[in-house]
Amino acid sequence: MIKNSFFCGVIVAGVVSVLIAGCANTGKSSAGVDDAAVNDTAVRAALVGSFRETASAKLDRLNQTELQVACTDSSRTGKPLDEKVRDALQGKALAAVKYPADGTYLGDWKRGEAIAQSGRGLQFSDAAGTAAGGNCYACHQIDKKEIAHGNIGPTLAGYGKLRGNSEPILKYTWARIWNSHAFNACANMPRFGDAGILTEAQIKDVMALLLDPQSPVNQ
Amino acid sequence: MKSRNWFATITAACLSLPMALNVVAQQDAQKEIERYRQLLADGNPAELLEMRGEDLWKQKRGPKNASLEACDLGLGAGKIANANAVLPRYFADVDRVMDLESRIVHCQITLQGFTREELTKRPHSLTVAERQTDHEALTAYAVGLSRGAAVNLPQAHPKERESFLRGEKMFFFKGGPYDFSCATCHSVDGQRIRLQDLPNFQKPDNAQRAFTTWPAYRVSQGAMRTMQWRLYDCFRQQRFPELAFLSQASVDLITYMGVKAKDGKMDSPAIKR
Repeated sequence: MIKNSFFCGVIVAGVVSVLIAGCANTGKSSAGVDDAAVNDTAVRAALVGSFRETASAKLDRLNQTELQVACTDSSRTGKPLDEKVRDALQGKALAAVKYPADGTYLGDWKRGEAIAQSGRGLQFSDAAGTAAGGNCYACHQIDKKEIAHGNIGPTLAGYGKLRGNSEPILKYTWARIWNSHAFNACANMPRFGDAGILTEAQIKDVMALLLDPQSPVNQ
Repeated sequence: MKSRNWFATITAACLSLPMALNVVAQQDAQKEIERYRQLLADGNPAELLEMRGEDLWKQKRGPKNASLEACDLGLGAGKIANANAVLPRYFADVDRVMDLESRIVHCQITLQGFTREELTKRPHSLTVAERQTDHEALTAYAVGLSRGAAVNLPQAHPKERESFLRGEKMFFFKGGPYDFSCATCHSVDGQRIRLQDLPNFQKPDNAQRAFTTWPAYRVSQGAMRTMQWRLYDCFRQQRFPELAFLSQASVDLITYMGVKAKDGKMDSPAIKR
């Protein structure tokens, strides 16, 4: 009996592996698994079943945008985006940038510093409607007096001193904060304006931190 | 010509001096943090929690008035030592892959008669003032008995392989309003958030150090935190919805990290800032 069921098991396993080899030319197979079967649909289903909504963070956050799908694949495979895809994504992002309605780009650098220091907002534990910070120091050096800065993004020390604040610089910097994907499709930096993380007034304050000649960043 | 070179050298030196000073300040800060970590390691409060966990493990508790001593963590009933070094793994009795925390809850249900609902309601303590949960104590005890064991997750069962493959895809999954994935912070060398070094899971030594030192006592929180909590808190910062305790994604990501950390030596509960 045991021998029989073992024998059957071997036959079944053999048939299954022939089937796998036959119908899926994709992906390698280890532990008898067709690796390609663990596809994006399967992963998405597992993710949706693994998260719970809170007042401020709904499950729709797992619905990937076109850009998120493309950049997920690129980062997992290590292959850069196809140039056409990249240019299309960047073009779309740049076209959607909303510049300040009143034409004023610079707010108050002191408030900008507070926004750059704050990591609050949009977390599942936050009350809905919590004002977000920019958390800029998490990734960037900005005012050199703050030594607790990250290094995922480039240094922004002396940002305005090095570049001045001509119209093109103001517009470029605004667009970069609004949606950095306009310049680098798979950039790590969040879309502070596009995703509604910071308000227009807050972005003006962060702009002032970077570009106001009085800001400690430019001393 | 000569004097020009000299001028260029001085100019370059002057220009790079502030940068150099800044690098020195940062290296000093890093050194101080390293020293702080070493000082902390002398007395890890998690040891008290391991002792409480051992008591709880051996006590007869729950509707069935039984201890957890017969719990099978994957090496056979009652064999706790070194079990976490081979977890997550496939368990035939439930036909799925489980990590240490899932398996402890499973044993509390099957051996002691607790309900899943009561065990999963609030597995992690919330505030510094609060006593650590039973789940945290039991996990501290069990994982402590794997110290020194080499990480070696089995990958021969199809469900173990599938868990790894899903975990890998989840690791790179960008989503939410910040477009972050685990890989955003954990797949490049030498990256920091503020002053916190971030392990690069594509490098075996980085993956080993990270995997083998969770669970850990978090000084800043005054509490020992489990691996499932670590992932839960990563997703909070990633701006995802709330990761459910014992969820498929939790187990799959732990599998992915564990496979990447092969041959690392378990050293947990550790102590961290």
